[in-house]
Amino acid sequence: MVEWTDFERSTIKDIFAKIDYDCVGPAAFSRCLIVYPWTQRYFGNFGNLYNAAAIIGNPNVAKHGITIMHGLERGVKNMDHLTETYAELSVLHSEKLHVDPDNFKLISDCLTIVVASRMGKAFTGEVQAALQKFLAVVVFSLGRQYH
Amino acid sequence: MSLTDKDKAAVKALWGTISASADAIGADALGRLLVVYPQTKIYFKHWPDLSPNSPSVKNHGKNIMSGIALAVNKIDDLKSGLNALSEQHAFQLRVDPANFKLLSHCILVVLAIRFPHEFTPEAHVAMDKFFCGVSLALAEKYR
Repeated sequence: MVEWTDFERSTIKDIFAKIDYDCVGPAAFSRCLIVYPWTQRYFGNFGNLYNAAAIIGNPNVAKHGITIMHGLERGVKNMDHLTETYAELSVLHSEKLHVDPDNFKLISDCLTIVVASRMGKAFTGEVQAALQKFLAVVVFSLGRQYH
Repeated sequence: MSLTDKDKAAVKALWGTISASADAIGADALGRLLVVYPQTKIYFKHWPDLSPNSPSVKNHGKNIMSGIALAVNKIDDLKSGLNALSEQHAFQLRVDPANFKLLSHCILVVLAIRFPHEFTPEAHVAMDKFFCGVSLALAEKYR
């Protein structure tokens, strides 16, 4: 059972209330595919991922980035029940999509960097710590049903 | 995952833009490291003040960025360029090399905050590879 301080709860809700999913999702996901190109292995049917420009301009990438943000929003709304919230998605990623769970940390780092660039100086060390803790628990929950 | 000519050019180009703020970047990154990864404080128990704006943190942030500047300069041969620093980290400081990744991440976050337009995905991948190379060179003498 993860314990959240009041600061952590309000910070996470605040971040997700303020960021534009349509912007941040595609930016974070495309950054992940560019910075860690081996993650492209799961998206063979996405079309042209040949270079950074192609990835950034790819509509399937943008759409999936937004899907990821909505997935995270479910966690924001259920911070006290993250394992249960992500149980089904964990099974999906393990049984159907066969995603190496180490990859979850990679997208999580890219999202941290994109949120940092959007928030600027407001992204203090304490805010960073809260976001990284939330994402770490999400990552753990997503890996939970693997066997 | 060695640095291509394109990576080296990207690192040097970004360094050209950010180096004027090197001291502030170093202080911010180190301050962040101590807050986001509190276990890293164990290496600095001899400092009176570990808060982000303390003189110790500011000063040491500067030292770290001097090391990064050296690495940019020696980007064609990080192993021999960072030999002395590797010996220092291996035999004196004995910082667990896992921490190099944590500090690298904090520096990248600071770059995203301070240079959101210049820190493009292409610049990001080059810097990430560069910091991996620096970390490897720093760990060279450990065993």
